[in-house]
Amino acid sequence: MKDISVQTIADTVAHLAVQACCHLPEDVVAAMKEAAVSEKSAVGRAVLAQLADNAAIAAREDVPVCQDTGLTVVFADVGQEVHITGGSLEDAINEGLARGSLNGYLRRSCVAEPLFERTNTGTNTPAIVHVRLVPGDTLSLVLAPKGAGSENKSLVRMLVPADGIEGVRRTVLEAVEKAGPNSCPPMVVGVGLGGTMEVAALLAKRAAVRPLKSRNADPRYAALEDELLLLVNRTGIGPQGLGGVTTAFAVHVEWAPTHIAMLPVAVNINCNAARHASAVL
Amino acid sequence: MSVSAICLQAPFDREQARALRAGDSVLISGTVLAARDAAHKRLVECLEQGAPLPVDLQGQVIYYVGPSPAKPGHALGSAGPTTSGRMDAYAPRLMAEGVAGMIGKGYRSKAVVDAMKKYGVPYLASVGGAGALLSQCITSYTVLAWPELGPEALARMEVRNFPAVVVIDCLGNNLYEQNQAQYRTL
Repeated sequence: MKDISVQTIADTVAHLAVQACCHLPEDVVAAMKEAAVSEKSAVGRAVLAQLADNAAIAAREDVPVCQDTGLTVVFADVGQEVHITGGSLEDAINEGLARGSLNGYLRRSCVAEPLFERTNTGTNTPAIVHVRLVPGDTLSLVLAPKGAGSENKSLVRMLVPADGIEGVRRTVLEAVEKAGPNSCPPMVVGVGLGGTMEVAALLAKRAAVRPLKSRNADPRYAALEDELLLLVNRTGIGPQGLGGVTTAFAVHVEWAPTHIAMLPVAVNINCNAARHASAVL
Repeated sequence: MSVSAICLQAPFDREQARALRAGDSVLISGTVLAARDAAHKRLVECLEQGAPLPVDLQGQVIYYVGPSPAKPGHALGSAGPTTSGRMDAYAPRLMAEGVAGMIGKGYRSKAVVDAMKKYGVPYLASVGGAGALLSQCITSYTVLAWPELGPEALARMEVRNFPAVVVIDCLGNNLYEQNQAQYRTL
């Protein structure tokens, strides 16, 4: 058994919240710089150069890469042999997020209730917390702040087995084409296949925060990722929707077992600010 | 976005705004208004109730933005464009009140484009996700109304050489459609 105090968890989350919003992952910055050379459209290349400059300014000055510092999605993988001391995990995550948002000058983008008053909570909390109980004695935290421009364009379709690979292609293209410039392309497209409706959505979210250039372990799904990326980049949408061949940096697919009568497909779109930061306690 | 950018003063001169064409790169200097979802809703509610507006909209350029908070010594935090489509329900009413330009990102509805043609208003985009870079072109940020809305408050911004591109002009020419068609190979 390993003790981890809520204080340690809150401190870690406070740090990760700022880190994720102000420092784009290196793989994302590298993808921007590569595409700033390979993109065929001159406007597209200029946009990509601006995005790479923007990432450098944000990192240097510790200001958010994007003003939409998002709703904060937290993936917490808790080892079965971890004993959290001094309070609750979710309270610790929210305390850390509120502190990080205040000290890191992150935008307060959370309303307390979705339909009637929509009052801003003023703290950027609560976080969206996904807890998984896993073997081991570590607590792994991944913070993925999620902006609305891209999240609003995500979708779930309950396909049937006969829809097959063609149905998956159609659904991914539908999401990407509807997203267009609204989702701040180049995007990272997360695709979740199988499970039930909510499992597909969660798989898509996890896929969207996978490192760029990582591939699905199953070669058939890795080939599908390659094919979907080619298709997405043939839409012509391009950087910021201003036309070009770099509509997405990556398409990642994750899958789960599903029902004999089902083929759920979820598409979670991440904007060019494909932010995430992680720590293992 | 290009070396041959057109320098524009905001609030916009009507004739100059009307002459802008889809694809023009511009650098905007002067004063723009910052407003997004909640401020738009309140502006239109004021108009519907016959209540006075907190600011005269004649000639104004509205930037769809909700900045992140300012660090000490900064005018404001990160300040890139938000998705314009969410303002579509309100934009035609505000153009009728005198709004002469809109800056944001993403597609607009037919009703908005029709109003742009009617009132001679261009729609411009800046780079979504480049909030840290764009905020360097904003020298002041002053809340004009509804501070309780936080990042959604109505504000006035002084901008200097703020980069944007005309994506839909007042004739309805659409840069998104034109450029995407050029690279589409599906």
